[in-house]
Amino acid sequence: MTEITVRDTANPDAEEMVLYMGPHHPSTHGVLNFMVETDGEVMSRCVPQVGYLHRGIEKIGEATPYPGFIPYTDRIDYLAAMFCNQGYAMAVERLLDIEVPQRAEYLRVIAGELNRIANHLLTLGVFAMDIGAITPFPYTLRERETINDLLEELCGARLTYNYSRIGGVTYDLPEGWATKVLEFLDHFDLILEEFNRLITGNEIFIRRCADVAVITAEDAVAYGLAGPNLRSSGVDFDVRRDIPYSAYPEFDFEIPLGEGIEGTVGDCYDRFVVRIEEMRQSGSIVRQALASLPEGEIVGELPRRLRPDAADVYIRVESVRGEMGFYVVSDGSDTPTRVRTKTGSFTAMGIIEKLSPGLMIADLVALIASLDVVAPEVDR
Amino acid sequence: MLPQHIELSEGTVVTTKLDDLINWSRKSSIWYLLFGTACCAIELMQTGGPRADLDRFGTVFRSTPRQSDVIIIAGTVTYKMAQRIRLLYDQMSEPKYVISMGSCANCGGLFQRSYSVLKGIDKVVPVDIYIPGCPPRPEALTEGILRLADKMKTEPWMKKIKQREDQTQTPKAG
Amino acid sequence: MEPQAIRDRLSEEFGEAIPALDESGKDPCIPIEPSRIPEVCRFVRDTEGLEFDYLSSLTAVDTGDALGVVYHLYSIRHKHTLVLKVSVPREKPEVPTVEGVWPAANWMEREAWDLMGIIFEGHPDLRRLLLPEDWEGHPLRKDFKEKPDYKGIETTRPDMLQQFGQLDKLEAKEAEGKEAAEQSDD
Repeated sequence: MTEITVRDTANPDAEEMVLYMGPHHPSTHGVLNFMVETDGEVMSRCVPQVGYLHRGIEKIGEATPYPGFIPYTDRIDYLAAMFCNQGYAMAVERLLDIEVPQRAEYLRVIAGELNRIANHLLTLGVFAMDIGAITPFPYTLRERETINDLLEELCGARLTYNYSRIGGVTYDLPEGWATKVLEFLDHFDLILEEFNRLITGNEIFIRRCADVAVITAEDAVAYGLAGPNLRSSGVDFDVRRDIPYSAYPEFDFEIPLGEGIEGTVGDCYDRFVVRIEEMRQSGSIVRQALASLPEGEIVGELPRRLRPDAADVYIRVESVRGEMGFYVVSDGSDTPTRVRTKTGSFTAMGIIEKLSPGLMIADLVALIASLDVVAPEVDR
Repeated sequence: MLPQHIELSEGTVVTTKLDDLINWSRKSSIWYLLFGTACCAIELMQTGGPRADLDRFGTVFRSTPRQSDVIIIAGTVTYKMAQRIRLLYDQMSEPKYVISMGSCANCGGLFQRSYSVLKGIDKVVPVDIYIPGCPPRPEALTEGILRLADKMKTEPWMKKIKQREDQTQTPKAG
Repeated sequence: MEPQAIRDRLSEEFGEAIPALDESGKDPCIPIEPSRIPEVCRFVRDTEGLEFDYLSSLTAVDTGDALGVVYHLYSIRHKHTLVLKVSVPREKPEVPTVEGVWPAANWMEREAWDLMGIIFEGHPDLRRLLLPEDWEGHPLRKDFKEKPDYKGIETTRPDMLQQFGQLDKLEAKEAEGKEAAEQSDD
């Protein structure tokens, strides 16, 4: 499998070449490298090569005390930093049996769902840009700026939030923040309609994405895909509903599944439409959470030194790219002995090689964009 | 270079030094290579976006090193990536500049204890502007680019090309 | 299904090979012999009532005395979870692969080999994933020592704060160096 040989393709006069797409390429999502064997336009094999952003976060976790590791979790997936913080904090809270106050859970949910909207905006904008439609990208960036402002007012940073603490959250809502969020959500409904009119129903876009790189439900489960990638193949799995955590059981929301609207179930177009629906549902969750926000403390009771007993725990969080797992092993000292994150993008990279034979290079770009892969999640 | 608020009429002649004229045109159209590895790349994208618009300074992104004046190295650089960055830098044509954006590119950032992170991009390419921040705000990146424009304004650019050839530190080919 | 019920169902099939449920930590887990792990995994994936079709995570751990692999499984249909653990000695860290059961394990096992050095027998393509191809050593092991330079690039950086504290001395040294250079020119 590692041998790179020239093979016969359908055209006996054609010769195969080996090209490397990346690690610096305008359409790879971060630094990813793809070794492509092709006869010019149609690929016979595509092998992803990763590791260009491997920063050794897991090893650093073994030398950092428990509260000090939270800024590093931001960098595991900087576009979904709220969920990464929350996942790690939940793992340590479970190790120490700390109870988180209900107000803090609600705040985590609100911040997380706003982060989900911000991430999907960027994903969809970049998806359209990779296909060739550069116009929607500044539209989505404009909306992202508003969310960045809101979250900056809440926790002080635009991108790497460092918001969850072990036992709760760092800051309470500023005055007038809830009103601003509700105004933004009202405005956002109109923006979604505008976005749909701009790109979602566009005939060229549909032709580029429908029936391209179909992932069946069995493949999606066997290869360990997660999140919108899994749901757009028709598999109904969402950690918020199936393994409930935090304040999610209190809210009423739907889980969008892929239905093959314009093509087959599980194609690139489904992965696009599922994300748009998810943004709508996230807006609904934020509205419900703000309407019923309880009063109370924002941090629970903590022991003086955070020294859990020797145990290991695995926590699942529904991050923007799917089920994100945090496995933390403690040995009774100040620092964990093993920290591991399992991310949705890692398994999504694993399926690209299987899908690649017969795909065109332009379809490879659409596939990578629709899988919503980011390099730091793959490499950590 | 030109005094502001003069009325040009037919037959006006403007005299200036050749260096000034060329530097003025160079600093008004700094084309940067779209190179981002990690979180700072998102802030780079946002800076090129609608609010903190970089295009109003004449800077646009180019995807190929041959067409760009400056490479903005945004994000963490690992050893695996360092050789490729050197290749990209060597492919750019003179006069070329490097902006190191963010803590990770300046000095390794918060990954000082990591085994696979290059502790600062200036071990591999010569850097002109360092922008601190984790990630830097769009205003910080804009300030960095404007400082680069100031640097370009007063440069005797023929001499610079000769200096650059003597200066760099290259990793051994492997 | 509860973990105890899952363990009992496994022990009906495999008998002695399945020890008692380990409930000492926060998540109950079942330690398995390394040689039996592929058949146990195939059984839990295919049996009705268990149907663990989703491999959530495959983690390599270094417990100081030995190396180990931890499997976190999930069933989408029945919504239950299972944790399996395998332990191997440091000198001979070989575990049979489960790539035939869940293709998701392909990349996860490559990462475990790359960072921890656990050899997965039967894996179709076991080579480095995250580190450069010519890297030596397995970083996540507790006894890993970082080399002082990689292909000529130094791996450390002098501490800026320390340098600022000694700025006067550095400037004096530089001035001396310049004078010495000027004198040698004369």
